[in-house]
Amino acid sequence: MTAAAADAALAKGKAGDPFSSAWRRRLPLVPALLYMVAITQLPFVVSIYYSFTNLKDKTQSLIPEPTKFVGFDNYKQIFSDPFFRQAMWTSVKMTVLAVVLSLVIGTLFAILLDRKFLGQGFIRTLLITPFLLMPVVAALIWKQQMFSSLFGVLNKALEFVGLNSVAFISDHPLGSIVTVLVWQWTPFMMLIMLAGLHSQPSDILEAADVDGATSFGVFRQLTLPHLRPYLELGALLGSIYIVQAFDAIDVMTGGGPGSTNVPYFVYQESIGGGFRYGSSSAYAIVIATLALRLLSSLFRDEQRA
Amino acid sequence: MRRGTKLGVGQHRAVVAGLGMLAWVVGLLWIFPVAWTVLTSFKTEQDAAAQTLNQGLTFGRYGDIARSTTGTLSLQSAFTNSLVVVVVSTIIVLLLALPASYALAIRRIPKWRDVLFFFISTKFLPVVASIFPIYVYAQKWNLIGTWTVLIVLYIAINLPLAIWMTRSFFMEVPRELIEAAEIDGTSLFNQLRSVILPIAAPGIAATALLCVIFAWNEYFYALQLNFANASTMPQWVVSNVSTRGNFLAKLSAASTIACLPVVLAGWAAQKRMIRGLSMGALK
Repeated sequence: MTAAAADAALAKGKAGDPFSSAWRRRLPLVPALLYMVAITQLPFVVSIYYSFTNLKDKTQSLIPEPTKFVGFDNYKQIFSDPFFRQAMWTSVKMTVLAVVLSLVIGTLFAILLDRKFLGQGFIRTLLITPFLLMPVVAALIWKQQMFSSLFGVLNKALEFVGLNSVAFISDHPLGSIVTVLVWQWTPFMMLIMLAGLHSQPSDILEAADVDGATSFGVFRQLTLPHLRPYLELGALLGSIYIVQAFDAIDVMTGGGPGSTNVPYFVYQESIGGGFRYGSSSAYAIVIATLALRLLSSLFRDEQRA
Repeated sequence: MRRGTKLGVGQHRAVVAGLGMLAWVVGLLWIFPVAWTVLTSFKTEQDAAAQTLNQGLTFGRYGDIARSTTGTLSLQSAFTNSLVVVVVSTIIVLLLALPASYALAIRRIPKWRDVLFFFISTKFLPVVASIFPIYVYAQKWNLIGTWTVLIVLYIAINLPLAIWMTRSFFMEVPRELIEAAEIDGTSLFNQLRSVILPIAAPGIAATALLCVIFAWNEYFYALQLNFANASTMPQWVVSNVSTRGNFLAKLSAASTIACLPVVLAGWAAQKRMIRGLSMGALK
């Protein structure tokens, strides 16, 4: 039964007996729905209210100002704030780089792991490990063990081959953070792409084989179109989590011109030191609206595909 | 099914062997930072700082991190805090998600797509957009530094994901079984317990595991809403970074201990976890 037919059947059933179905069907959904509305939507509404005020944390300022309405002042200020624009740009670069790189490398790994070889399961297990690590631990490992100019393995290796050492994190903050994100998210993408490769109907591939199709032709014309929804899913899930990256930035650089993304910027403006809840709420509302528009268009495409 | 020739590339033995070798090289390189950290955790601090191995391997650092100095966060209390918060939030997530998935997959309500989209869309909302009201009210209600506030938030983090995954596993329960139970007049609770759960159990276990992983690894909320009293494992790991003296070996031991439970669980359930994730979107 297709989804549309099922919906039609449901509608008919509801019309058939007025009392039983409709609300009894919805009942099991109510607790979860109420919970999510209370915990995610109500605070958001409160945030909208804050965004029109000059609310500050009273305990954090010497001369507390009374909270009052400021109209659209907070919103006007957003578009003239160079630091916010910089944070937006960093967010875009960070997310796009990390999602695209982890998706490409993850797909290559999946193709490599899809064929039988000795120790296949073992290598897959090794490869997924970074995804299971705490993001904080992943960031600390790279910061202290790999990138550090004091004890870093990478600089020891450079020194060993006679090259100058590189201050990875301070000279390339964005690159360093993207490296860690890609390292953690590639295994996740690989697993999704493996699920895609496994679900490929083998008879079609065999038919192509019999017809004498070249391996590259098979990949481009059969495998790649089949993998498309999986690639989109990986991009969607990856973006949801990576756009909110916080832990790696906090641990590795603590913010800075090259590495402060939007979530970190809003954090610094508010509970991370600025304590200007009114204006930072306005920032948060603007990004939330943008993120929702962008990701929901992605999600709708996905559902259609 | 001839998996070996699936992509058609590498019909020759040498190529096949070469690709197998390449997979090994790639796998070992990818895991190198982790392996290096585990190795470092068994070194002395001097060896760790110099990245050498002159003084042999020892369990000493694990002893060091288990002993807490007064006034700092101890492993025992961080572990207890994490365990309570993770277990309680995951149980409540499942209690909310299972009936909801029933209404989205088995006795589907009209417009179930829109409801599912609402749940997923809450994940699109940046955490920062709702953190100040939560922070302000948590302060008002004296919830800062308690288990309650973290449990409440971790349920909200994981519920959409759990509904998405359990729904896809419920879709696999044969309709005939459910229809038979409905004709017999079995209640929702008994249907869940005796018909649906036994079939969907492995999937539900994988869902629970993913919730455990995300809650166990969560750092932002724990950092913001939890000074000292109810600090969890990620904060405990970070507390091992010191500005005085060498700390690399101790930090490595702490990282290893903190990640081990979740890594072992993830290894055990890798295949099912990802199936649940990808099915949720594609079905």
